[in-house]
Amino acid sequence: MPSSEIIGWFSDIGLSDRPTVGGKGGSLGELTRASIPVPPGFVVRTAAFERFLSALEKEEPIRPRVESLAQHELEKITALSEYLRKRIENAPLPDDLNAALLAAHTELCGADRNQPLAVRSSATTEDAADASFAGLQDTYLWTMGGESMLKYVRSCWASLYSVPSIAYRRRHELPESGVAMAVVVQRMVNARKAGVMFTRSPLTGDRSVITIEAAWGLGSAVVSGEVTPDRFVIAKITGEISVREISDKHVQHLPAPEGGVRDVETPEDLRRVPCLTDEEIKALRDIGRKVERHYGRPQDIEWAVDQSGEILLLQSRPETVWSSKDRAPVAKPVDDPRQHVMKIFGGRR
Amino acid sequence: MNTTAKAKGFPLPSSLKVVPGTEGAQGAYPYYMQFSKEDDDRFWFYNSMHFPEPMCAFDMVTAEAAYCALGSANTRIHCLPTTLGIDCRIINGRVYIGGNAVTDPAEIARRTEEFQRRAFYYYANWERLFAQWKDKMMGLIQEAEALPKLELPEFEPLQHVHAGRGIASNHYILETYQKTLEGYFRMWHHHFEFLLLGYGAYLTFFDFCKKAFPEISDQTVARMVAGIEAEIFRPDDELRRLAKCAIDLGVDNQFKEGRTPAEVIQSLEGLGEPGVAWLKELAVSRNPWFNINVGDGFYHYHRSWNDDLSMPFGALPGYIANAKKGERLERHTDQLMQERKQLIADYRELLETDQERAAYDQMIELAHRVFPYVEGHKFYCEHWYTNLFFNKIREFGALLSKHGFFPDAEDAFQLTHFELETAIVDLMMSWSNGSAPRGPARWPAIVKERRAAIATWAKHETPPALGPVPDIIDDPAIVMLWGITRENLDTWLTAGEQKDSNEIRGFAASNGVVEGVARVVKSVEEIDRLRHGDILVCQVTNPSWAPVFQKIAAAVSDIGGSMSHAAIVAREYGLPAVVGTGTATQRIKDGQRIRVDGGRGVVTLLS
Repeated sequence: MPSSEIIGWFSDIGLSDRPTVGGKGGSLGELTRASIPVPPGFVVRTAAFERFLSALEKEEPIRPRVESLAQHELEKITALSEYLRKRIENAPLPDDLNAALLAAHTELCGADRNQPLAVRSSATTEDAADASFAGLQDTYLWTMGGESMLKYVRSCWASLYSVPSIAYRRRHELPESGVAMAVVVQRMVNARKAGVMFTRSPLTGDRSVITIEAAWGLGSAVVSGEVTPDRFVIAKITGEISVREISDKHVQHLPAPEGGVRDVETPEDLRRVPCLTDEEIKALRDIGRKVERHYGRPQDIEWAVDQSGEILLLQSRPETVWSSKDRAPVAKPVDDPRQHVMKIFGGRR
Repeated sequence: MNTTAKAKGFPLPSSLKVVPGTEGAQGAYPYYMQFSKEDDDRFWFYNSMHFPEPMCAFDMVTAEAAYCALGSANTRIHCLPTTLGIDCRIINGRVYIGGNAVTDPAEIARRTEEFQRRAFYYYANWERLFAQWKDKMMGLIQEAEALPKLELPEFEPLQHVHAGRGIASNHYILETYQKTLEGYFRMWHHHFEFLLLGYGAYLTFFDFCKKAFPEISDQTVARMVAGIEAEIFRPDDELRRLAKCAIDLGVDNQFKEGRTPAEVIQSLEGLGEPGVAWLKELAVSRNPWFNINVGDGFYHYHRSWNDDLSMPFGALPGYIANAKKGERLERHTDQLMQERKQLIADYRELLETDQERAAYDQMIELAHRVFPYVEGHKFYCEHWYTNLFFNKIREFGALLSKHGFFPDAEDAFQLTHFELETAIVDLMMSWSNGSAPRGPARWPAIVKERRAAIATWAKHETPPALGPVPDIIDDPAIVMLWGITRENLDTWLTAGEQKDSNEIRGFAASNGVVEGVARVVKSVEEIDRLRHGDILVCQVTNPSWAPVFQKIAAAVSDIGGSMSHAAIVAREYGLPAVVGTGTATQRIKDGQRIRVDGGRGVVTLLS
């Protein structure tokens, strides 16, 4: 099934498609095309949202109603938000859209109709503050079946009309016509262990090391902060592992039989042992370097190791904390290079 | 616990007592090296890096000559802005030193101007001056080798008389002694001609890397700068070469653990041509590469490989076995050079701006220019020349012992260099006037007393530092040469509180994690206790220990930074190493199981 105006398969999209597939979707496509292992999937493009919304607007207007509100009218915003979210979550999709999404679902799942999937919102906005206000980080893990997928796609769309999201747009007087949302649908990785990786030290901003945080089970336990992960620091260039902090990983997220994830107590014999081998740490570093090279800037990466031991990337986004800091250069070239030694010989400046 | 209320400091020098019964031996050291009341106001630290064992009277010449030259270079020649020289004291055979900082801003400014006129000239003309240095150093070595044999014949040889020499042999004994001493003092001036400038340029780059990459390991910076063909690796390289020769000539089965060098040489001679061919190769290697001693040049009893072949011969079976396993024996210098280049380029790429890259290029260029000296000088100074020096002193010992001054030639080292000269003058006079020398009645008892004192002191622990702790340590010499920083001192001060912990911390010197049996080697004589797979725990290692690294699993040392020899050699061999722990040899028991994590700089006591 080829990509279309509605569906964009990862292998067909990239960062330049962000306006129609969102940041997350664009990034997953970009990684796939750079031959970095990513669980297969597709993006429900913004056009799908537009089609869905215009179908709803035929019944009654949505965007003009939002635009008619002033930022201080919090009660009205709350009431409208509640109403719109319910409408979006419950309205059926136009038939052709419904068919296109289910066809993509079938193709992604293959023979196994209950292939577990992750459904994740993928914001098109460039404004990071907007994205976080709007609760656009919605992720639904371990969903099974086509209907369930459709439900969560609508939930992602509906999050555009959350109270903070509307309030934010009203405060900044952003036009509603530009508001759209793409949704990533992706095969779930049955992770044996998972975590995050920073290609620039979150502690010191050092670009020469990769920091890896890892725990047993799905990565959501690490991302949500429910478990203190093991922490490893590996030199990007030499591969020396300089830090191994092994923590008590008391809990892990595992898939629930009925869908979704559940907290499971980690077996005693695994709690305090390192969840990554040196080989895995080194393999993660190789992937981290490759991704950073591909993007040309430091990345924050989510990854997982599946049951067969393969490392897969779930997400990569540019590091923002240190990159946005204005730092004085460590040293500047001088006309007479010998002057540099005065740093050592010149005494306390 | 009232540690918060009490200001932290080390014991005052005046509180440190001479061990009872050793007062006589303590009195032998020159007056200017004895602690005085005024010394209580200053900070001192035990230089266990260079002087890990109690110093006998003669060997203190090594401290005297070294600090004399270090101080002149810093204070008078290059005029380092913030520091003069190093003061030196000795108590219970332990050498304490203290920096002499310049703190007055006006004086620092004045000295900075001088420094830039002098040191900057050296940096600009480094290659030429260094080439000149090598010539000077080789000249000095040839002078030492050419010093005459010591002879006091009953009658002056007739040809001297007929030639009208008019000067008797006893005069040349004294002259040779004075020349021996003079050459040694001169050698140390050569040693320090470039050293601080070299370290300073290296540290400039090091400092930059630590700021640009706060989590970079010391060893990575060291690898970017380290030379590939430094002379200090040559002795070890020669052993690899000889191992390969033995295999190629088919005589490798003659090298077995437990056989003495004499036995091996004898059986090789008995083999005829192939054996003799190998011995020829040995002779090639020996001159000059076996002029490396098993210490760092501060103890007369750290003999060179040439004087005692047991170290190199002890290592050969291991090298031969490795070669037979197919291990390539030559160091892969092309590959190492390529790796260094790549490493420099990779880190360069990670810098944020072109400005930083330009500064990085300038600094590493300077570091590369100076580093051959930093790495190379030791072979010539602390090893080759020092061996010649101690061996010449040994000849005086033999002469004096022949004339009954003391039982053994080695006893000469129990006299200070001043006392040795008085004994020589005593002998000179008695030889001339035909009466008995006075020395035989005087020295044997003194020698005995001093030998006993050294043995007593060796069992006696000494504080790592004395006196008030300075707020900051801003003396580039102390920081560079001894790696002593304010943070170090805090660790030393709290070392007593950590004794319950099963962890010992030091510098992460070479990556990897290994568990094994600790072999605590307190002096070089104990080296042969090391078995394959042991973890070496020692105070400090030096280049000639390199061959033991082929059989150990990891290394831990009390003293040393990431550029110390233990660190460099461990990286060469790919073994985990933790250096500069301060207390490893005291806290780890011989035979104890330990874990060495060279990437984190932590040693864990397991049993």
